[in-house]
Amino acid sequence: MNKSDFVVRFAGEGGQGFMTAAIGLAAANTQSGYHAQTFATFPSQITGGPTWMQVRISTDTVLSRGDELDVLVVFNEEAYSIHKDEVRNGGVIIYDSDGMDLEGGESLGIPFDKLAKSTGNSRSANMVVMGALAGLIGIPQSILEEFVKRRWSNTARYGETIVPTNIHALTLGREAASSSGFEIGELNPPQKPNYEQIFVDGNQAICLGAVASGVQFYCGYPISPATTILIWMEKNLVGKGKFAYQVSSEIEAITSLIGAGYAGTKAMSATAGPGFSLMSEGLGMAWMAEIPLVIVNVQRGGPATGLPTKTEQSDLLNAINPAHGDVSLPVIAPGTVEECFYGTVQAFNWAETYQGPVVLLSEHSLSEKQQNIPKPNLETLEVQNRILYEGKNGYQRYEPGEISPMPIPGGPGSYVANASEHDGIGDTTHLSERHIQMTNRRFRKLESLMDSPYEHDKIDADVAIMPWGGSKGPAKEAYEKLLIDGKDIGWFYTMFLNPINPTLLEELRNKKLVLVPELNYLGQFASVLRSQGVNAEPITQYTGLPFKVKDLVQRISSRLAELENRRSAS
Amino acid sequence: MTDKNPEYDFKWCPGCGDFGVRRALEQALQKYIIDTEIPIENNVIVAGIGCSGNMVHLLEGQQPFGIHGLHGRTLPIAMGIKSSRPDLNVTVVAGDGDFLSIGMEHIAPQAQRNLDVCVIVMDNAVYGLTKGQSSPTSHEGMITSSTPYGKMEDAVNPLKLYLTLGVSHVASALSSKIKDLSQMIYDAMKYPGFAIVHVQSPCTEYNNTYEQLKGNVKKGIQPMAWSLPEDHNPESVSDAQNIVDRDGIPLGLIYQAKDRTSFSKRVEETTSSMNGKSAEDIITLYSV
Repeated sequence: MNKSDFVVRFAGEGGQGFMTAAIGLAAANTQSGYHAQTFATFPSQITGGPTWMQVRISTDTVLSRGDELDVLVVFNEEAYSIHKDEVRNGGVIIYDSDGMDLEGGESLGIPFDKLAKSTGNSRSANMVVMGALAGLIGIPQSILEEFVKRRWSNTARYGETIVPTNIHALTLGREAASSSGFEIGELNPPQKPNYEQIFVDGNQAICLGAVASGVQFYCGYPISPATTILIWMEKNLVGKGKFAYQVSSEIEAITSLIGAGYAGTKAMSATAGPGFSLMSEGLGMAWMAEIPLVIVNVQRGGPATGLPTKTEQSDLLNAINPAHGDVSLPVIAPGTVEECFYGTVQAFNWAETYQGPVVLLSEHSLSEKQQNIPKPNLETLEVQNRILYEGKNGYQRYEPGEISPMPIPGGPGSYVANASEHDGIGDTTHLSERHIQMTNRRFRKLESLMDSPYEHDKIDADVAIMPWGGSKGPAKEAYEKLLIDGKDIGWFYTMFLNPINPTLLEELRNKKLVLVPELNYLGQFASVLRSQGVNAEPITQYTGLPFKVKDLVQRISSRLAELENRRSAS
Repeated sequence: MTDKNPEYDFKWCPGCGDFGVRRALEQALQKYIIDTEIPIENNVIVAGIGCSGNMVHLLEGQQPFGIHGLHGRTLPIAMGIKSSRPDLNVTVVAGDGDFLSIGMEHIAPQAQRNLDVCVIVMDNAVYGLTKGQSSPTSHEGMITSSTPYGKMEDAVNPLKLYLTLGVSHVASALSSKIKDLSQMIYDAMKYPGFAIVHVQSPCTEYNNTYEQLKGNVKKGIQPMAWSLPEDHNPESVSDAQNIVDRDGIPLGLIYQAKDRTSFSKRVEETTSSMNGKSAEDIITLYSV
């Protein structure tokens, strides 16, 4: 039996080394034309704890992490009892037969460490497991050998011995799997894409998008799951005119960005919920004083300290309205790793265009999800820059038109960028007519952001589903299954959540019902849509994990059945 | 504010110390742009919230760029400006409430960085704009609108605080001695590091301390302010410690670290002198 995709999970303390190898395996498979996606969840501690990572390898683009496991690799008995029920019928559980003794016909014991030691390299146990996996699903040995050579040939200390011993370990694992008699179906051969690819996680894609947009200034404070962006920036955003730096708090981060954006540079910070809350007042100032900047909020779970290493989509309302007073911040929520790149580019373009703060709303499940995506073409990428003021002094920076050229220190048109209500030149004012004029001005600027793209499919259906952010993948997969099941349902999606393209809104208002799968309790995006005249209803989940496709299919189907019953009854 | 702006109706009260600080700042800025040939548009004034923050709107003559920001956040805004544009001369103006209460957390990081900005703190030991509440520099027992039975905590000694936190250049002044103050601000602007000029700038409405600061022979009031001894060596930490441990308000340059590298210089030597990769090269690192 041939398969189009394959899901393996590694679980248990002490499995980290295997997980690193698993990422390598995924990357190696993308080289041969497979598509791969990884998903990981860790406890908020440095080592140990109930950790697991999942890799899905497919002949087609991977939309979600995969509901059912073809193979579960466990490193202790606790992991076995937690995860064993997620293995599909006919799947295999691989365990270390040296340290554990599992009952049951579907488990395959391999003495990882013993086989590793026999190669002369006791640290090659992860390669034994890789070899076994490759054997079970029929991945050619050459792909793995190529990966081992690329990964370790340049390792000065061990390169000479590590490559042959690792290849030996791969072979031993493969032989152990083959001789076991287990079969789970071979993976179809890959179709090599005719375009270049990169293999990145969501946070890396955000960093690459920022660099492609010409980011010059980055300040941040360590916070899960956004820390990797800070670390990446400090490593890579170097050279003349570039600045990346760890500051003392998120309050310092947002206010230093205000200074940098005001001084004419493209500035960004990344944080998560707690840090985003601390940025509240600063975001209000950037809106008020009209300072371009980009804040990435990689959402985690819960209010306050919440669930630092779990995923949730519960910061949407806060992202749109993070500060006191009348504000409505532009929000872009990428739904895939690839959209993390293009969403970041658009966030900078929006910030520069309307001259104000933009929130890029990512989430934990995207931040650590690694995936192969087409390599962005920088030559065709549209990067926008703010219009600079080049006139004389005495400029009314906040007066003319809706979006006025921005003066930059060192150039003409000195003014006061003012967080208090102000007149044209930035002097503080309390006049009602001025407050009305400036409030209108700030909101009218959003009109320049309303032509954003969106997806729609089966627009004649009465009911549509419209996920947002990282729920896009599982919802898309569920939608495709629902269509195969013959359900009459439409599809809408956009990563541009505020402001929403008015044409899209009009289409949504014409639906009898729009179902919004989202990972929060309140049904936040459904509530945003309802406030704009759409009959939206959320499908919520707040487990700290992404949706499973089968759950969405079941919940949407039963909601459709309810509607059908009601219709027949009336 | 360029010329007279009829819409802008904020006024300092008659006799406010901030008038003197404004004059001194205008003179220092004028001298600075002439001496350094850094044009006026390359100067930025970052103001906090409160009476003192209105300085940025009230400057007369040639107008620098300005930011009138959030309560307490002058320093990180200045850090963002200076770190992204080291070519700009950045001056912070803030009050004691803004700088030492809500903004206190930002002093230490700039001191450790040795951020090259000049800070003018206008200290009237009271919140003036909100009509007379106690501030970190209000003395213990002081009756204010928020301490009706007397302030229950000790006053902070800002000069001692700056030294402890590692501020590189610490000066203390009176708003009424405009010539001295102007020179101190100018020196602080020229100093390549984190420089604070702490100015006693009395509030005539809620905490009029002119008489206490200068003394009144007829009433037998000894002046709180005193000049530094002739032999004071501002490069000596122990001399500086000695000065700030004494009661009253010392006037002059209390401390100035010699040869301490400024933040801009540190950035230049560490990361901005590196060869950064192009976006294309960075993206290619992730090719499969």
